[in-house]
Parts: sequence; structure tokens; C-alpha cells
Amino acid sequence: MTLPFIVFFVCAALAVLAALTLILAREPIHSALALVLVMVSLAVLYLLLGAEFIAAVQIIVYAGAIMVLFVFVIMLLNAGVEERTDYSKLAKYAGLPLGIFLLLALAYWMLESFIGKQIANGLGGTNASVSTRELSAQLFQKYLFPFEATSILILIAILGALVLAKKDE
Amino acid sequence: MDFITQHPVLVVSLAKIVGLMFVLMTTLAYLSWFERKVIAHIQSRWGPYYVGAHGLLQPLADGVKFLFKEDLTPPGADRFVYILAPMLALTLAMTTLALIPFGPPSVQWLGESTLIVANSSIGLMVVFAITSMGVYGIALAGWSSNSKYPLLGGLRSSAQMISYEVALTLAVVGVVLLSGTLNFNEMIAHQSGAFWHWNIFYLGRGSFPQIIGFLCYFMAAVAETNRAPFDLPEGETELVGGFHTEYSSFKFAMFFMAEYANMITVSCLATILFFGGWLSPFPESWTFMRYLPPVGLLALAVYLAYDTVVLARGIARIQLIVVTTGALVIGLACLHPVVLAIIQGPFWFLLKVGLIMFFYVWTRATLPRLRYDQLMSFGWKFLLPVALANLMITALVKIWPLLVNRG
Repeated sequence: MTLPFIVFFVCAALAVLAALTLILAREPIHSALALVLVMVSLAVLYLLLGAEFIAAVQIIVYAGAIMVLFVFVIMLLNAGVEERTDYSKLAKYAGLPLGIFLLLALAYWMLESFIGKQIANGLGGTNASVSTRELSAQLFQKYLFPFEATSILILIAILGALVLAKKDE
Repeated sequence: MDFITQHPVLVVSLAKIVGLMFVLMTTLAYLSWFERKVIAHIQSRWGPYYVGAHGLLQPLADGVKFLFKEDLTPPGADRFVYILAPMLALTLAMTTLALIPFGPPSVQWLGESTLIVANSSIGLMVVFAITSMGVYGIALAGWSSNSKYPLLGGLRSSAQMISYEVALTLAVVGVVLLSGTLNFNEMIAHQSGAFWHWNIFYLGRGSFPQIIGFLCYFMAAVAETNRAPFDLPEGETELVGGFHTEYSSFKFAMFFMAEYANMITVSCLATILFFGGWLSPFPESWTFMRYLPPVGLLALAVYLAYDTVVLARGIARIQLIVVTTGALVIGLACLHPVVLAIIQGPFWFLLKVGLIMFFYVWTRATLPRLRYDQLMSFGWKFLLPVALANLMITALVKIWPLLVNRG
């Protein structure tokens, strides 16, 4: 058992537990906090894969910005305890098998993929950390068009939100 | 035992963490003394005076008082979150200090750099990641108290911290552009030379002095740490005590300590980014400046000795004798060549951090609190555009030689 191995299992278990809490908690704030924990655990997993920059960005963007907004809105609206309705029959009987099927299918595809095989063979190195310089070179040279397209997309989304939120004259 | 010899990183890291925690806790306690003294003297008062000589034992008395006060939980509060909030605030505030280099990486023990706990290649990003989580402590404290004033304080603080984080980050990007790295030690090495090589002043080829960047950073940082004149989350006149109204005993102390720890972090970052970190402000040829730390300490010892003999009376005199001897012994120890070499980095670093902290307290004593709409319009309509303009100009100046050479 190496140290990264232990850290991986602790964080993976934490992420799964927090995700379960997110669904099962009845208080909206508890759900939001559980989601923050999921994000942070994922960041640690990225760190283990050698993606330092992505790990930091994961925390800054998701845990630090988006989830803060979630918490802010929940606090502002003073959302009460969630009311549970009778569970639907479909979810009860089809939900679990379909969920397990989805999990297995995803696991299969991941293990079959190039990166999955590398990780399974112990090659997806914890030592091979990608420098920010390499990352930005890829982002702004090879993938410049998708990058710029994404930013324009986000800009349009912001404008859309502004138009929707605008008061009618 | 084999495990330890095979993993010197673990041993050294643990030792560094324990050492940093000890120093940090003491500093946090004495910062409250420092702040009260400075504000008192600005307002022509004496400040803490009766508990120990110059009130030096006041932090200890405060600590004991905090420990023995009744620990209340308001009825209807969300117990789990109510307890989690101060822990989150303090833990996150103190974690950031692990990334701060207090001296050059050449000071080593067992092959590990001693004066920095975690030398991350993306140190700046990690600090921002951790501080961006800091808002949870305050927001959750406000929400879980089940009381309207804390809730309003928590809401204000979330909105304020989200708004000013943008300006804060943009103000720093200029420095990142100039040094071309996110690692703190490399950033500091990039500023080597004398004080005119520091990012805030340096006007060389492809470099733009970051004075505007620093001012934006400082203002945004004051707002981020919820300090006056941006301390609306705890505006006493409107919100009783803001987010920590319902907190008592040591939980309240934890918020207090978190605020001071955040101030230290912010000052350390300013020192690293704009003022050359652990570098001496003097040219390297001025070797006699190496003796400034011991000489300073000995001068302090002389002043304290004068204080002891002439001014102090009673118990204060005994306490002052202890402090004087301490300053004398440390000052003499610093004259030893090995200690002298080690002390250089931390001395300049802590001196600069201390000056910025003084500036912080000075601001608090001088400026009145902003109104909430003023706060928001200042952040979004003034600070953000200025920080963006600074970033644009820095980027342009940086690539100007390339543009010109291409014709």
C-alpha cells in the first residue's frame, strides 16, 4: 500500500459518501455542503493523477464560486426542509437496475479506454505532473478554436440570463 | 524507524507544520494586542496597559476568558453546521500559510527546504483555491445561527467576497504575467536585485510597475478579509455583530483568529507578489546590512532595559526583565554566522509582512465604514475596471518588444 493509493481510496470513498448525502439529505444547505465535499474530493483525485492546475481550478471554480452561489441563493430564499412525496413506482423498480447498468457500462468504457488502460497498468503516473505551461500551450495553440468557441458560448449564456432577468418595461 | 528514514519528507513536513502552528498561534494572539495598541495610539489612548508590562499578557488573559465563557448554542440552530462553521473558517485560514515561503529554499534540513511547508509549483493557485472556500465559514455561520442579523451578515459577506475576489485575482494576474510562473519561490527569485527590482517598482524592458496592481490588490484584500472600511458583514450599528452575533466562547475566538490568519495570509501574498518576499531591499554588495537583524534586536533590548530600569514599577519590571533578556539572547544568537545566514530571509519577510499589517490596522483606525451600495459599486464599477486595465497594460508592455521586432 503506497501513500497515494491510500489517499485515493479515502477520497473516493469520501466522494461517494458525500454524493449519497447530497441526494438523501433533506436540508438544502446540507445537500449543498455535501456537493462541496464531492468537488473537493474530486480535486484531490485530480491531484493524484498529476493534474495540479486542474485540481486548483476545480476547487476555485466549483467549490469556491459556483457552490458559494448555490449556498447564497439557498440562504437568500430561506429554502425550507424538502418535502418528500410518495416515490414513483417506476423509480422504485426500474431505478436501481438501470443505475447499476449505467455504472457498469461507464466502468467498462473507462477501463477499455486508452487512459483507463494506462491507469490500470500503473502508468497514469502520479509522478508525471503536467506543468501549467504545457497545459496553456495545448489550450491556446492546439485547442484554440474550441477554447474560444466555449468562451463565446458562455458569454451568450450570460447575456441570455441578463435578458431573462430583465424587468419588463 | 525504517519508514521514517525512508520518508524524510514526512518527518520534516510534520516538524515544519508543528513549528508553523506554534508560531502562528502565538502571532494570532499577539496580533490582537498589536491592533489594539496601534489603534489606541492613533486615537491618543494607551490601549491595553494593566495586564503585564505594556499589556503584553493581555492576549493570554483574553484566551483564558474565551476558554471559560459559557458555550451557547441558540435554540433552533442547525447544530452540525453551527459547529462546523468556525472550524471551517479557522482551518481554511491557517492552511494557506503552508504555501508561504518564509525564506529562501536554500535553507535546508535532511535535504528538504525548511522555511516553506509545501512548495507547490502552482502555489498562488492553491492559495486562491483555499481562500475561495473561506466564504463558507462566514456564510454558514450566518445561516446556521437561526437569527436574522447573522443571516443578513452572512448574506452580505458572501456577496461581498464573491464580488471582490474577481478584482483581487485580476490585480494579481499582472504579477503572474511579469514573472511567468505560479510558484512563489520563482516569483521572488524573479524580483532579485535591490528594492527597485521588486514588481511594484521595476520599470525595465518588458516590465510595467505594478503599483496600480498593488493598490487594487490591497483594497480588494481588505474587503476579502472583511476588515474596516469594508467590514459590513459585522457592521455593529446595523447588524449587532453580524455573522458571529450568536457565537460565544471559543467559537467566537475561532472567527477572530480566522480573521487575523486571513490578514496574515493576505499580507504575506502582497509581500511575495509585490515586495520581493524574503529578499533584502538593499543591493547585495551592501554586506554590512546582513547584521541588521541582530543589531535591531540588540537595540530593542537596550530600549527595553531602559524601560525596565527607568519607567517600569512592580511586577511589570520583573516581566520586562524576562522580555529584555529574551531579546538580548536572541540578538546575540543571531550574531553567530550560521544563525545569521538562516535569519536573513525570515527577517526581511516578517518585517515586510509586519509593515503591511500595520497599514491594515492604520486603515481601520482612519477610515469610516462604507455604505453597502457604495461597497458594491466601488468593487464592480471602479476596482474591477482598474484591475482589468492594469492587466491589459501589463500584457501589452510585456509583448511590446515582440510586436516591435516583427515590424
